[in-house]
Amino acid sequence: MQFLSPGQIVVRSFVQLWPVWASLAVVFGLSVVYRRKLGLFGQVVESATGFAGLLLVLFWLFAAVFGRRIELFDPLSQIARMQNTAPGAIDPHSGLPYLFGGDKLARDVFGRVIAGARIVLIIAPLATMLALSVGISLGLPAGYFGRRVDAVLSFLANLVLAFPIILLFYLLVSPGILETPIPYTLAGVFFAVPIVLFGVLFVSGYRTQPTQLALRLALTLLVGAWLFATFVFNADPFGILKVSPSTLNIFIAVALASGPGIFRIVRSLTLDIKTREYVLAAQTRGESAWYIMLWEILPNARGPLIVDACLRIGYTTILLGALGYFGLGMPPESPDWGTMIKESSPFMRIFWHPALAPALAMMSFVLGLNLLADAIREQSLRD
Amino acid sequence: MGSFLARRLGQMLLTMLFLTLGVFYLVNLEPNLRKLAISQTEMHATDQELESWLQKNGYRKPFLVRYATWLGLWPKLPNVDPATGAATARFSWCDEPAAPKFSGVVEGDFGCSTKFKVRVVEKLGPALEATGLLMFWVMVVMIPVALVVGVVSGMREGSRTDRTLSVISIATTSTPEYVSGVVLTIIFATWLGWLNGSAASATEGHLSFYNFTLPVVTVSIYGMGYVARMTRASMIEVMSAQYIRTARLKGLSFTAIVLKHALRNALIAPFTVIMLLFPWLLTGVVIVEVMFRYQGFGQTLVDAAGNNDIDLLLACSIVSVALVLATQLISDVGYAWLNPRIRVH
Repeated sequence: MQFLSPGQIVVRSFVQLWPVWASLAVVFGLSVVYRRKLGLFGQVVESATGFAGLLLVLFWLFAAVFGRRIELFDPLSQIARMQNTAPGAIDPHSGLPYLFGGDKLARDVFGRVIAGARIVLIIAPLATMLALSVGISLGLPAGYFGRRVDAVLSFLANLVLAFPIILLFYLLVSPGILETPIPYTLAGVFFAVPIVLFGVLFVSGYRTQPTQLALRLALTLLVGAWLFATFVFNADPFGILKVSPSTLNIFIAVALASGPGIFRIVRSLTLDIKTREYVLAAQTRGESAWYIMLWEILPNARGPLIVDACLRIGYTTILLGALGYFGLGMPPESPDWGTMIKESSPFMRIFWHPALAPALAMMSFVLGLNLLADAIREQSLRD
Repeated sequence: MGSFLARRLGQMLLTMLFLTLGVFYLVNLEPNLRKLAISQTEMHATDQELESWLQKNGYRKPFLVRYATWLGLWPKLPNVDPATGAATARFSWCDEPAAPKFSGVVEGDFGCSTKFKVRVVEKLGPALEATGLLMFWVMVVMIPVALVVGVVSGMREGSRTDRTLSVISIATTSTPEYVSGVVLTIIFATWLGWLNGSAASATEGHLSFYNFTLPVVTVSIYGMGYVARMTRASMIEVMSAQYIRTARLKGLSFTAIVLKHALRNALIAPFTVIMLLFPWLLTGVVIVEVMFRYQGFGQTLVDAAGNNDIDLLLACSIVSVALVLATQLISDVGYAWLNPRIRVH
């Protein structure tokens, strides 16, 4: 069998990733040209950490978007003679190289890492958004009304926070639980929350403009119903997305694990902001409680929330990896990074390459998010 | 202070009660009971045999009765042979009572492990000891390094040292245990051969630098950056305080300012962070114990969950929830004790 030299591997990988480099060049070119007009984003790009963070995050974003174009082999197909081959081995049949070698089931590690990006970059941000909407819609009233509402909601949040995450995953993400109505009930509640949140947002904000209100409510209901059907019942009326029950289960577990943390942040931000003058002014005007929470307090809490969301997507990625590492929820063939690490770690002493690539991928993506969050925090503190 | 503690303890008990009820509900879901029955009966048992095993061992009694039995508020009943009426102990391998008796968590009986065929206490005791040892070394490695890194980078905010150390700290918080474990094993065990990639021999009492370094370092790395970042933030805050300016104006040397005036106040906040880190480290401990084959609490938890070993899993959750709640309490009380400006009430 023929092999590429280390130099050739680097060059070939670089060439193979050309759509990513091209997109990165376009994005950063545009952001340098228009940095004056981009506000916070422009400042973040100008700082060294922000630039590095954005570079890493966008790299994986574009790798996920152009995945099918980048990978040389299908992430699930097996070519028997390529089993455990070292990086750069050339498949004699097609003449194409396994750039990062082959794993124990003779699959292309390079293609699998890229395909893993697709899985991670879809689930992690969406699950974070779900947790964010649940955290916001419970944290705002807890902080604003205080007293009994706060006591009950805080107790529930602390209950989940006191639960070790790993135990939660073992109990909640198992094939057995899919036979029970628990994941679907939880999903129903979780996905109903954002719909209600947006509904209340528009009702309280556009009370005086009935046409605008009707338009926005109709849109909310449509998008909400589509998401609800797709995720909770796995019956996308347009057939765009397929969400299997086990994927849904992962969504729910991850959202449940990070929801209470977001709740606590939103609650403490609300406690702080509700004493400001503009909130008092709104109260004097006789605005409704939900108007004040959603249109006065929430926009002014956005800075810390954006930073937290960035950190949390990274944390969710780590949780997803842990799920994969313990073989929970993900299908056994799945090319997500955690499952890849799990599959190759028993043979690490002999074949190191199938474990190293997904490990570095995971690390660089989370590092990018954390650097980005740090840069945003620095820049927003500056002014 | 007394009423504060009493209220907190009450809250803790309530939380424990709710959480164990939740766990009890989840492990007693029909698919999980089936899994248990399949693992406990012979191969290829028919549905009827599975059902009769569950029936015989009391898994078909009303849910709340069984929860109360487990808690110790309802008598634990032996198996009664319907034909002869003779009472035998439920599980022969651990001394379950052969006569009705209140024997639950409240009485100190944590039940039987169906997977390991021993009493839960016998299994959990050594496992906790092993994990305690791991945690001890993790703390010994992690805390000093994290505090030094945090203080050094926080005492001159924005300097080159600060930037470098900050990026390193962020990098370690982005590296979960299953990633750093893989990378470190590949470097130090596969390539260099300096360290052992398995800690299995450490469980048998042969603890050495060779077999224990990788697990300890792997767990430490993830938390280290976090503690360092918090220490840095706390240090920056202290260094911009009025009394530091006064000390500077008095003409004290920078070293004296940092060591005598800043350090002690700057270390109050990290104490809380370190306390709250314990539960967070738990996930890491589970991953590391599985990865390095170390027979501790984490490995026990995984085995219990994988086999739906009800009593063992419940005991594991009690331990971990108690750890979370206890560290929260210690961090609150300790913070008030270290910082006289804060009062608990």
